[in-house]
Amino acid sequence: METNLCVAGFGGQGVMTLGKFLASAACDATDKNVTFFPSYGAEQRGGTANCFVVISDGMIGAPLGDVMDDLIVMNGPSLSKFLRTLRPGGTLFINSSIVDEKNIDRDDVKVVKAPVTEMALEMGNSKVLNVIMLGVYVGYTEVVPPEVVWSTIEHKLGSKPKLLPLNRQAFETGLKLGREQR
Amino acid sequence: MARVLMKGCEAIAEAAVRAGCRFFAGYPITPQNEIPEYFARRMPEVGGTFVQGESEVASVNMVYGAASAGTRSMTSSSSPGISLKSEGISYCAAARIPIVYANISRGGPGVGAIQPAQQDYLQATKASGNGGFEMIVLAPSTVQEAVDLTYAAFDYADRDRNPVLILADGVIGTMMEPVELPPMKTDEEIAAIKASKAAWACTGHKLDYANRSWIQPGQWNTQIMQAENEKAAALYASWEKDVQVEEYMVEDAEVIITAYGVSARIAKSAVDICRAAGKKVGLIRPITVHPFPYNSFDKINYDVCKGVLDVEMSIPAQFVHDVRMGVKGRCPIETCLCSGGNIMSREAVLKAVDGILAK
Repeated sequence: METNLCVAGFGGQGVMTLGKFLASAACDATDKNVTFFPSYGAEQRGGTANCFVVISDGMIGAPLGDVMDDLIVMNGPSLSKFLRTLRPGGTLFINSSIVDEKNIDRDDVKVVKAPVTEMALEMGNSKVLNVIMLGVYVGYTEVVPPEVVWSTIEHKLGSKPKLLPLNRQAFETGLKLGREQR
Repeated sequence: MARVLMKGCEAIAEAAVRAGCRFFAGYPITPQNEIPEYFARRMPEVGGTFVQGESEVASVNMVYGAASAGTRSMTSSSSPGISLKSEGISYCAAARIPIVYANISRGGPGVGAIQPAQQDYLQATKASGNGGFEMIVLAPSTVQEAVDLTYAAFDYADRDRNPVLILADGVIGTMMEPVELPPMKTDEEIAAIKASKAAWACTGHKLDYANRSWIQPGQWNTQIMQAENEKAAALYASWEKDVQVEEYMVEDAEVIITAYGVSARIAKSAVDICRAAGKKVGLIRPITVHPFPYNSFDKINYDVCKGVLDVEMSIPAQFVHDVRMGVKGRCPIETCLCSGGNIMSREAVLKAVDGILAK
């Protein structure tokens, strides 16, 4: 069993952090193989950023697969750039606050919607949208047990304990939303 | 030992620190910036020295100096930066100074593309500078292997008093993967390593002209120069014993894929897919690309093998020159290539395999 995930969005939306949290959780608490590969290049703030996470029971060949099982898109440009890489029957997770559903020009994929930009603003901090989306993804896929992902987030935020309650709320809210759409 | 998720560049730097590297000098260039960045943070913690030089040339010469004083020393760069360092590397080889350096290579001549590629193979394995010197060149295909090979590289360098090159690419350098780290050498072990070099290194001699150490990157006397080159050639010939290679499902294979570094891990997963579909495909993956495992190609059953597929992220193909010397005309060789920062596609490898099987 191998899961290929692409996470894409604007620079600043925390897509790299989302991917790293997931990869770290898989490393810390499972015996699965995992790779995290960031896109890099002449990137700039406001431009697009994306990363690839592969979680597998076996050896991982390509850290950047040709075909994605899951795709998380946090903004409109990422949808048009990556939707074609999703395999038929794959799952598309969209930030429905700013990604227009009408632009999904495929009917052979599952769509999980989460208005994470609005949800983060309601929580009082626009930056936690990535943690909400991580919750949605983990809640929907259970590719890694949710409690493992949370303890990784807790560990990573260890030096900033003030941020823990907000991130806990963000993650839990996301988990619930993901589970509801299973 | 617990595994930790590390980026390839950082893992290389940590492995070097654990191997006793206590001097690093470098100059920024993508995609290897995390190596100097990591050393900048880590070296003060272990009493080592990190210098960001004013250029590639300056930093490689600082490493030349530090290693001449018996300290395990390292530098790193990416393709065009490695070219700039080639003068210093050649001097280290001439003066028989053990250094370790890493090339996290990119795509194309000149500045090239900053994305991953394997476009420096011939430079790395045949001529990393003037004068015909050779080096052990190690090509990791996972982050774990990058750790293990970097750790071992310092032992090879000290054993041979010769530079050692870690040849990687932007995927291995920037990706994160779980690793188990090797043990940290103690201060006593590091001091013992340094003391063992007292016969040649500038470790602090009294004014004793007869036994004084000389660090000399050349000779005025033609006879001495020839003798030095003969000694070096004998060293290079002795590396046959150091060949490292992964041979995977070779015996009955109708197609042998051969690849190194990141291309090889992609190719290996293609082999598994082929085998699951009943196709007899195998892999020969050099881990040392110099010395090259030519003998592995003698293990192919040429009565059944329809072709060898060279898979590399370089256009024109470079690795294929060594593959030809291994195959020696016993079966056709085909290539599956990409370049310019594009990463090898497993689909492309599978298609190329099917093309050979259909013949």
